[in-house]
Amino acid sequence: MFVPAIPLHRRVVMSAGLCLALLVVASLAIGVEEISLSSTARSVPLADLLSISRLPRTLAAVLCGAGLAVAGQILQTLTRNRFVEPSTAGTAQSAALGILIVTLFLPAAGLGMKALVASICALAGTALFLSTAHRLPPEQPHLVPLFGMVYGGVVGAAVTYVAWQNDLLQYLDIWTNGEFSGVLRGRYELLFVAVVIVAVAMLIAERLTIMALGEAQATSLGIDYRRMTQIGLVLVSVMSALSVVVVGLIPFVGLVVPNLVSRLSGDNLRGTLPLTALGGAILVLASDIAGRIIRFPYEIPVGTVMGVIGPAVFLWFVLQERRDA
Amino acid sequence: MIEIKSVSLVREGQRVLDSIDLLLPRGGLTALVGPNGAGKSTLLSLAARLLPLQDGSVTIDGLPVESTPGKLLAKKIAILRQDSGPPPRVSVRDMVGFGRFPHSGGRMTAQDRTMVEEALARFELEALANRSLDRLSGGQRQRVMVAMTYCQDTDYILLDEPLNNLDMYHARQLMLELRRLVDETGRTIVIVLHDINHASASADRIIAMKNGMIAADGTPETVMRTEVLEAIYGFRVPVIETNGMRLALQYASCAP
Ligand SMILES: Nc1ncnc2c1ncn2[C@@H]1O[C@H](COP(=O)(O)OP(=O)(O)OP(=O)(O)O)[C@@H](O)[C@H]1O
Ligand SMILES: [Mg+2]
Repeated sequence: MFVPAIPLHRRVVMSAGLCLALLVVASLAIGVEEISLSSTARSVPLADLLSISRLPRTLAAVLCGAGLAVAGQILQTLTRNRFVEPSTAGTAQSAALGILIVTLFLPAAGLGMKALVASICALAGTALFLSTAHRLPPEQPHLVPLFGMVYGGVVGAAVTYVAWQNDLLQYLDIWTNGEFSGVLRGRYELLFVAVVIVAVAMLIAERLTIMALGEAQATSLGIDYRRMTQIGLVLVSVMSALSVVVVGLIPFVGLVVPNLVSRLSGDNLRGTLPLTALGGAILVLASDIAGRIIRFPYEIPVGTVMGVIGPAVFLWFVLQERRDA
Repeated sequence: MIEIKSVSLVREGQRVLDSIDLLLPRGGLTALVGPNGAGKSTLLSLAARLLPLQDGSVTIDGLPVESTPGKLLAKKIAILRQDSGPPPRVSVRDMVGFGRFPHSGGRMTAQDRTMVEEALARFELEALANRSLDRLSGGQRQRVMVAMTYCQDTDYILLDEPLNNLDMYHARQLMLELRRLVDETGRTIVIVLHDINHASASADRIIAMKNGMIAADGTPETVMRTEVLEAIYGFRVPVIETNGMRLALQYASCAP
């Protein structure tokens, strides 16, 4: 069970860091184009392969994973519910709606414009989710994720309908099923915003932890609950929107990682957010590598891999939570 | 001084507070008593700006609670609420340390840390300092919440039923500590109590509420009387005088 001894926590962080480093090396090495120093008959020079494709792909997975895990943690803090994350709160679906709108009305717009509109839509969609979630009875915590799934489903259905009407269904899959195979140099750099998002989250970690104790407790400790909620919403929405724009929706990272970290190291975000970020990076990168290996030389999208792992872990958490209660 | 002026509140169509006027001068331990649903928690929540005012005004040292920056108020007044929600997986020491937030802004100085250790010692929590809050008993958790409130180091402290779940020893210790805080550091403490004898033994002033109004207000000598208590609680409570204090014998076998 949970023992909050700091040395253990530090050991966990160090092992996670090591694990991520190994995965990064593996990710750089694994792919259809074989990397071996002795091979002479290669179609692409090694340096180009790494800098144009493998490194961007690896960085994209790390940035998305870290950012989405932290976004999930923030969303859970704002809703005071451990079972929500951007893909079950309508955030990701609203972002997809934003991309669809740009594609329809500004077909020539670049990634930056798409990211901006997607972020705004994600913000509106998540704010609506949050205001409704706060009205649900707190003694039934499972209503919030349930409502979120239905809500995300409705927004998702609207997106599908509009896309279908406009013959854009083939694009829809790109936004709604995350995958990293298309990540190339020049097309993923927006994701570095994740570094800023994680950094801001760490700066406000203590505030977030106190906010998880409830609005009254936070207010009496002098925290502007409203404003902090708005900041949190922006962080969550921008992160989700960026990941949807660049690689597509990756579900469950924001759910699984914060819950695992909470079990392992507790809820004091000041100490645990670095581990959450690391954990997210590990989970997404590992899933991407698995997706590359399982049907080699074909690939399984990371969104699909996560779609299998996620629900299983989610179910396990719900059962554990019941046992603890 | 806390100044409450003609404060009324309606919740779900029901009048919960009815034009309350109350002056709480600096210093002193004031006990707030009264039946369930009388409006005690509501009044404290309004005073600590956790509920928006509908009617009337509340000022703390002249600062109106609804318009003063929350950060500033958090250094003036601290509140322990009646129910603090599900316990987080946070260590006792970290939780008590959150009480320092208004001063530290999240960056604890050596002085903040000293204060946390002092609070842990004062409320006898050292042995539990590294335990997670969700692994504590109800009374232990309650003491952590009191220590956290204390750690906020404010002139005004509002405690809503802090004796909940405390055993006889710890209830007594807490009342002793509060008394000491008032006497030695000049703080102003308002404490909601159901055990009227604790109020009688430790408080300087007892305020009784009933149906959203003030039903009695005075020193323990004036409030701890059978007819006053009957007006508040609706049954005859024998009161005896012993060891220089007045005690109510509200127990089932003490027939009036
Ligand atoms: N959230 C709420 N919504 C509507 N009515 C409420 C709410 N909270 C309290 N009330 C009502 O307000 C009245 C006063 O409640 P309050 O909690 O202030 O009583 P109290 O004196 O603290 O009682 P107790 O001794 O049981 O703690 C009660 O009639 C209660 O039903
Ligand atoms: Mg109450």
